[in-house]
Formats: sequence, C-alpha cells, structure tokens
Amino acid sequence: MSLHLVLQNLANGLSLGSLYALIAIGYTMVYGILRLINFAHGEIFMLAPYFLFYGVLIFHLPWWTSIIAAIALTAVTGMLSERIAYRPLRDAPRISVLISAIGVSFFLQNLAIVIFTGIPKSVHRPAFFKRLFQFGEIRIQSTLFASVIVSTIFLTLLIYIVYKTKTGLAMRSISTDIETSRLMAVDVDKTISITFAIGSALAAVGGILWGLRFPQLFPLMGMMPGLKAFIAAVVGGIGNIPGAMLGGLLLGMSEILFVAFLPALSGYRDAFIFAILILILLLKPDGILGKNVQEKV
Amino acid sequence: MKKQNEKIFTILALIVLGILVYLAESNLDPYKLRILNLGAIYVTLGVSLNLIYGFTGQFSLGHAGFMAIGAYVTSLLVLPAYYKEMIFILEPLVWPFTVMHTPFIIALLLSGLFAAIAALLIGLPVLRLKGDYLGIATLGFAEIIRIIANNIPQITNGALGIKGIPEFTNLWWTAGVAIVTIYIIKGLIHSSYGRALMAIRENEIAAEVIGVNLTYHKVMSFTISAFFAGVAGGLFACLLTTIDPKAFMFVMTFNILIVVVLGGLGSITGTVLAAFLFNFSLEYLRPIEAGFNIGPIIIPAIPGLRMVSFSALLLIVILYKQNGLMGGIEFSWKGLARFIRKIFPNKKSSEGSSI
Repeated sequence: MSLHLVLQNLANGLSLGSLYALIAIGYTMVYGILRLINFAHGEIFMLAPYFLFYGVLIFHLPWWTSIIAAIALTAVTGMLSERIAYRPLRDAPRISVLISAIGVSFFLQNLAIVIFTGIPKSVHRPAFFKRLFQFGEIRIQSTLFASVIVSTIFLTLLIYIVYKTKTGLAMRSISTDIETSRLMAVDVDKTISITFAIGSALAAVGGILWGLRFPQLFPLMGMMPGLKAFIAAVVGGIGNIPGAMLGGLLLGMSEILFVAFLPALSGYRDAFIFAILILILLLKPDGILGKNVQEKV
Repeated sequence: MKKQNEKIFTILALIVLGILVYLAESNLDPYKLRILNLGAIYVTLGVSLNLIYGFTGQFSLGHAGFMAIGAYVTSLLVLPAYYKEMIFILEPLVWPFTVMHTPFIIALLLSGLFAAIAALLIGLPVLRLKGDYLGIATLGFAEIIRIIANNIPQITNGALGIKGIPEFTNLWWTAGVAIVTIYIIKGLIHSSYGRALMAIRENEIAAEVIGVNLTYHKVMSFTISAFFAGVAGGLFACLLTTIDPKAFMFVMTFNILIVVVLGGLGSITGTVLAAFLFNFSLEYLRPIEAGFNIGPIIIPAIPGLRMVSFSALLLIVILYKQNGLMGGIEFSWKGLARFIRKIFPNKKSSEGSSI
C-alpha cells in the first residue's frame, strides 16, 4: 500500500476516532458514577442531528443558533431520561436498571420513528462542510478538521470541569463512594443530573459532527456508533475520561485500517469491533488506562 | 391437595389443551393460527431467557443469536435438495449441506444442540463477566453470529436469506415444545441445581462461599437456555418459511426481554401469559399504526407507535411493578384450589360441617 493511501486512511481513522471519543466520554462518565451502561446513549446521540435538522429546516434558525439549541435540547433529554428511568431504581437490583436503560433506548428509538418517521433524511450541510482539502494526493473532508478541533476544544473543557471545578470534585467523589459523598454534603442527585447533561451534550456534539460527515439521518443511526463508542470506553478503561478518548481514537483507527488492509473482509467490520471488545473484556477488563478495581464484599 | 390428585389434574389439563389445539388447528384461519404459533414460540423463548435473567440473575442479550443458529440449522436440514440448488443463487451451497436432510424433529433437536454448543463455547470465557459487561459481550456475540450469517453466502445465502422453507410448524409443535420447555425448566429450578442458580442470583459471593461452583452453574443455565432458543429458532424458521439475517437483530432479543419483564423476572406463569399477551396486542394494535377515524376525527397512520407503547410499558413495569404480571406468584393446583375456596367459601365449608 502506498504512503499516501496509508496517510489517507490514518486521516479517516482520526476523524472517525474523534467522534467515537466524544460519544465514549458520556458512557465513561455515567459508568464511573452509577456503574451503569447507559444503553440509551446512542439514541441521545441520534437525537441531536435530528434536532439540528428540524431547527434549520422548520424553524429556519441560523446554523449557530440551531446547533446550540440542538445541544441544549439533547442535554435536557439526557437529564430527563436519568430523572425518569434511572433515579427511581437507584437502590434496585442492577439487572432492573440495565433493563430500564434498554427500555429507554428502544423508547427513544421508536419515538424517533414516530416523530421523525423512518424515512432517511439528508442533511443540507453548510457550504464549508462540503469542501475537500487536497494535500498532495490526500483528500481530507473539512469535517475532519471540524471534528478534530471541536473534539479537542470540548474535551479540554471537560477535563477542566472534572478536575478543576467543585462540580467536578463532586463527580469524582461520587464515583469513588456514593454514600460517603452524601455524608460529606455532596448533592448526589444534582451532580448525577449534571453528569448526564454533560455526557449527553458531548454526545450531541458528536452526533452533529456525525450528521455533517455522513449526511443521512435515520432513527436507528445511533445504535452502532453508540455500541462502538461504548466499546471504545471499555478499551480505554471504563470510568476513565482520558481512557475514553484514547479508546475512541484507537477504535476509529483500527476500524478504518481493518477495512483498508483487509478489504476482502470488509463485511466483518462490525464483527471485528465486537471481537476486540470480547478480547479486551477477557484479557484486560480494566482497559488500557483503567485501574484494577477489586470487588468489595 | 394430594400429590396424586395434582398429577391427575395436570394430565386432564394437558388433554384439554390437546383438544383445544385440535379445535384451533381445524377451525381457525391461518392468520389467527400464526399469532397463536408465535405466542407459543415466545413462551419457549421467554421461559428460556427467564432461566438466565430471573433465576440465575445474569444479564444476557444474546438470545437472537442462538435463535439465528437454530433457524439456519433447521432450514438447511429440512429444505429438499433440489430446492437448495434453486435458491442459492449468490454462491452455490457447499458440499455437506447440499445432501443433508433430516426429519423435522431431528432438525429441531440439532438446532438446539448447535445453539447449545455455541453457548457453551461463548459462555465459558464470557460468563466470568458480571452484569452489564456480560450483557454487552453476549450482545456482541449475537451481532457477530448475525454478521457471519450475512457474510457466508455459500451456507446461509447471505443477505438474501433462505426462502421456501417447508411450513412444518403447527400448533402441535409449538405448544408441545413450549410445554416440554416449561416442564424441563421447572424441573431444573426445583432441583438442587435450581437452588444453586437462585443462590447465585441473590448473592454471588455468598453462593461461592457455601460451595456453589459459579462458572459451572452459570454456563449450565446459559447452555440450557440457548438450547431452547435454538429449538425456538427452528420452529420460527418453519413458521415464517423465510429467514434472513435481518430477522435476528437486537430487536428480536428486545421483544423477548419485554415478554420476560412483563411476565416478571423469575415467573414462568407470568412469562407464558405475557408471551401470548404480547403477540396478541402486537397484532390487535396494528390498526393504530394504519390510521383510523373516530367519528369526524381522522387519526393519521403513525408507524412505530406500537413499539413506543411497548417500550413505555416495559419502563412502567420495571419502574413500578417489578414482579410483573403475576406479582411473583406461580400457578399451581394448590394455589388454584385455595383461590377457588376463597371465591366460593360456603359450599366447601358447609359440606365439611355437615359430615
């Protein structure tokens, strides 16, 4: 394979990986705090580009306003899902919460089919996002720059929130021990709501960038990226924010490179990703950057 | 009530059921029969998934994958050879499958066997994982099975799927398999193995301390469950007469999950009721998606509304009524007798006093 093809594939991998990283953060934050896989995260991700689409098309809002509105609406949906479906089950058996999460996921998916209909919608991208940049023989979509830059900005912001603010301190303390945090006067419910809002907002950013890169919307579009982002979170070490970013990039890269180097097996693309998940779970369940947590009796 | 009487009652109930099945088979139209058949297949699926969920407390999302294995095995075994040549147009079917042909019952048993073998291979490494990790890993396996089915057209005919499968499935088969499933799983639960499974559900560490071999019991429950999922998959293929990888997406598992949760985790009676209720309502709610009129008000067609209602129902049950439909009570003749005595108290007590 020639050099420029390798570079081209690396660029594509980077672009896909940064999107996975954005979505993976939501999984990892929620898991870190509640020990719950938020199955509905992929659906939250799917809602954002739809909100944007309707903002621009029906309410004729300018791009920037509708992007902000879409992110805000998605964050609210994420918070609501926690409020309605997860909070009442905080003391229930784990299996009930997981079933509830799957319920939310399918509820949102089918609600999207009802509201937005199952017919795929194509996004009208602003002219900038249609541009292709040519570097020698490598062609790079402008969305690549957008996704890398936007991801970097938001991830820096997130790291600032988690490690430098009081809310972030509360999040980290809850993830260590929820009961003790409550005794230390941490407002657990509020912090969990904020966590869901931030995670969903990041998923929304990821979803919007996804919509600009693959400009077709359909209600089931969140499922695969959602699952893969979850896998990215596991690969990086679930509960660990830098790990989720690393996992996202690695997974995006390996997915693109798998198809690039083994085009004959391209039909097994998704199977390959799931195989990575199962291998990681069996060999190093704490992920690359994760801590080894012993089960407490 | 005496044990012997209970046995007589059970046999009587089975005979009544047999008569009902006979009447249904000879009188009902194919549409209604299909709904009943699907209901009975969902009983098998639901009860087997409940063994993992409700009794072992493990979170598996792989049922659709095991069904897929069963469906493909059965269809390859019951399709006549000349027909196989005709439908495999992408790539010809590879050798051993072209000549293999077995009666339906053997095909079903082999379907279960293959699904069970797959579950054993998957379960041994994966069942060390807990809770949500296990769920995702099994979901991953189910997806891998589906993707493989999509990518080996020389065996599965790829995305085109297999068409024209002989329609062997009828109520005798589906109801029979459902009853056998219930009988075996009920027997399992009331054996020492079942107690061990429930101990694992309640507290893994405590179960391990009192000497329950966690991996062995988990893998056993997983494998048995997959066996019945495979058989159900075979019945499913011969009921619909056409299968393709798309039929075994995650939604399939979700449907079974709805049945299990509605019926109540760990309630066989509830699962049976929920399985029929789910399939009946899925059919009878069809009009709400097609659009209808209430007097002058025109309700437009809204596709997807049924699944929205079912997901909402699932959420409501899991949030407010975790015991499900039956409230955690299992059907038993003793319970029924007590119930009847409660409704008609005078008759029995007066009889008693007169003697």
